[in-house]
Amino acid sequence: MTDLVAKVEQFLAEHPTAGADPVEWLGARFDAGLAWVHFPVGLGGLGASRSAQQAVDEAFLAANAPQPNPAAPVIGYGMAAPTILKFGTDEQKQRFLRPLYTGEEVWCQLFSEPGAGSDLATLATRAVRDGDEWIVDGQKVWTTMAHVARWAILVARTDPSLPKHQGLSYFVCDMTDPGVDVRPLRQITGEAEFNEVFLSGVRIPDAHRLGAVGEGWKVATTTLMNERVTIGAHAAEREDGLIGAVAKTWRERPELRTPGLHDRLLRLWVDAEALRLTAERLRQGLAAGQPGPEGSAAKLTFATLNQAVTGLDVELHGEEGLAYSDWTMRRPKDADWASRDAGFRYLRMKGNSIEGGTSEILRNIIADRILQLPKEPRSDVDIPWKDLPR
Amino acid sequence: MSDLLYSEVENDLRASVRDLLTDRSPWTSVLARVETDKPYDLELWRTLAAEMGLAGLLVPEDLGGAGASAREVAVVLEELGRAVTPTPFLGSAVLATSALLAAGDTETVAELAAGQRIGTLAVPLTTAPHADFPSSVRVEDGKLTGRVGSVVDLEVADVVVVPAIGADGPELHVVPTASAGVTVTPITPLDLTRRIATLELAGVESRKLSGDAATALRTALTTGAGLLASEQLGVAQWCLDATTEYVSTRHQFGRPIGSFQALRHRLADLWASVSSAVAVSRAAADALATGSDVDIAVAVAASFCSELAVHAAEEALQLHGGIGMTWEHPVHLYLGRAKSSELALGTPERHRDALATLVDLPA
Ligand SMILES: Cc1cc2nc3c(=O)[nH]c(=O)nc-3n(C[C@H](O)[C@H](O)[C@H](O)COP(=O)(O)OP(=O)(O)OC[C@H]3O[C@@H](n4cnc5c(N)ncnc54)[C@H](O)[C@@H]3O)c2cc1C
Repeated sequence: MTDLVAKVEQFLAEHPTAGADPVEWLGARFDAGLAWVHFPVGLGGLGASRSAQQAVDEAFLAANAPQPNPAAPVIGYGMAAPTILKFGTDEQKQRFLRPLYTGEEVWCQLFSEPGAGSDLATLATRAVRDGDEWIVDGQKVWTTMAHVARWAILVARTDPSLPKHQGLSYFVCDMTDPGVDVRPLRQITGEAEFNEVFLSGVRIPDAHRLGAVGEGWKVATTTLMNERVTIGAHAAEREDGLIGAVAKTWRERPELRTPGLHDRLLRLWVDAEALRLTAERLRQGLAAGQPGPEGSAAKLTFATLNQAVTGLDVELHGEEGLAYSDWTMRRPKDADWASRDAGFRYLRMKGNSIEGGTSEILRNIIADRILQLPKEPRSDVDIPWKDLPR
Repeated sequence: MSDLLYSEVENDLRASVRDLLTDRSPWTSVLARVETDKPYDLELWRTLAAEMGLAGLLVPEDLGGAGASAREVAVVLEELGRAVTPTPFLGSAVLATSALLAAGDTETVAELAAGQRIGTLAVPLTTAPHADFPSSVRVEDGKLTGRVGSVVDLEVADVVVVPAIGADGPELHVVPTASAGVTVTPITPLDLTRRIATLELAGVESRKLSGDAATALRTALTTGAGLLASEQLGVAQWCLDATTEYVSTRHQFGRPIGSFQALRHRLADLWASVSSAVAVSRAAADALATGSDVDIAVAVAASFCSELAVHAAEEALQLHGGIGMTWEHPVHLYLGRAKSSELALGTPERHRDALATLVDLPA
């Protein structure tokens, strides 16, 4: 550990942070193995233990070093990277990880479809093999940041005659392929953070397949689990989240205070602190090599809490709560919600219990995998996908 | 950042307490005992306190204790909560011991640590850490006179730490319950597994402690409130486990009721809250052990875990259906413990009120 901190210090001495171009600087950090220290040498890491990462991150933070864009979508950093690390070939790891880390290349996730949301394994986008390539046709939806993405992780059906979980394969899709058509979908906030993506005759080299043909569900499960942990394990300072904005308003504007709102605010403050500690405990467990199941708990609680806090925030603003900053349809480049007004946050946080798996689906997962409760009866497991009612 | 995981030593401690309680204090014997005039199993207490040395966890080694910390005490309390064990642990090993230590006593605290005597703190169990110093007992001509209601574990206590108002203000006194002028009147408790009684003092001889009484009392109550959160976690954890097990075996409409989504989702939510309670109660125990960020961590844990334990017990009762309403099923013991401990050492609302000042969110 001290070794690593010494390495960080040496790196900082050789690479001044003042005025540095973030992409170049982060690239150097990646090359020095100080990006994800538990990744292998040459792939942003030093093969160190997972628990060493925190000390490294803290040392860089303390030095005010450029950070991977915190407002960038979690998909590249939190989901594509661990999936590529686990299932990718050496060439894939070499090609994708570095620019993903530096932020040069943004990623998006082509999973959901109009007919396949919670029941993702029922998806219909087809990939048909053509020599060294696959030809992909279908329609994806709710694709966050597809309009700025260079690459996508994609799940497609490669064998419709198998039951739904077995006929899937997982690919890296080039968003610049002429067959990819990205169209904005306007959200309840007014802006278009997500998109519809039409795939027609998209050609994906077989070298861009992650995992074996037919093993797409297994690979996707890794991605989805990492998504929940990424959302859940976020370590933060006290009042770092949305509660901070409300607390600030409360402190600065005594004229808005009422007794009823006071009790609600304190309850939510306690809940926010509880969530922060839960996430911190999850992080400590991961670092100590005891990954706990708290990731799903944190994602579930996070959604409920954010929605309650932003609801309170609008009420607290009184007359101002009636106004909205701007309904202009925009296609944002990153997810900078902190600078937006209470109304925007109220609307946007409604997505927290839907995106990355709905709260209902998370409860099903907790009931099945953690509590090991008796399963609900199912009628979709052994039937070939093509024969399923859709 | 505080250490929120359980150490290996703590896990071992948990395992040995759990083994002992499973063996010596299963809920069937707790239930059989609670209506008798010996609700507390003092044999079991002797094993826990003296043989296993748990009464002296907070006490430094040079005073005959184990020199452990609030982190270990919290783990013991989780297990005692999980088994709703009727023992004077809270009164003796937590409240009286913390008060004595904070007031600089070396005599009585050593006896409590050794398990030779049982102690408690003479305040109503509902007293919050931030409450005013109690004034119901006065020092007159060097003797104590007054009355204190709802004193926890008093029925079995040999010695009481009594906050009293003397000529110059707050004082703490040590009084053996066998002294002339002491009357103990048991109260029928909502929580059958934790006893309360009224203490009456009519001109009683006592030993005055030297330390700052107000600070010592507040320290004891803060420690108590922070550690009670771990006991509440234990209660909630039992409720979740027992209910999960029950709905997995009970069949209605041709399938286990645990396969109905309405129930699966309620239990999943409860599990998520219990996971948070682990983090929150660990944070409070760690804060008490290290002395940093104590007041906020305790207020958060007390508010969160009190409400969670009640919710867990109420969910457990509902999901057990009719069987949950019966005397023969243990869930009522947990409900009584949960609801009473919600009032103990400050209600959740009282703790949030304290928090409002601590984190600068005034009314
Ligand atoms: C802001 C936002 C960003 C997103 N970004 C992306 C992205 O980048 N890439 C991507 O691939 N997808 C993305 N999604 C899609 C998201 O993953 C899906 O919306 C989600 O999985 C739910 O699917 P659905 O919308 O089809 O709802 P449905 O699955 O139709 O669900 C409708 C309702 O039924 C409930 N329900 C469904 N099945 C069950 C069940 N078995 N038991 C109980 N209740 C059930 C759901 O919980 C929900 O309340 C995004 C969504 C949002 C809101």
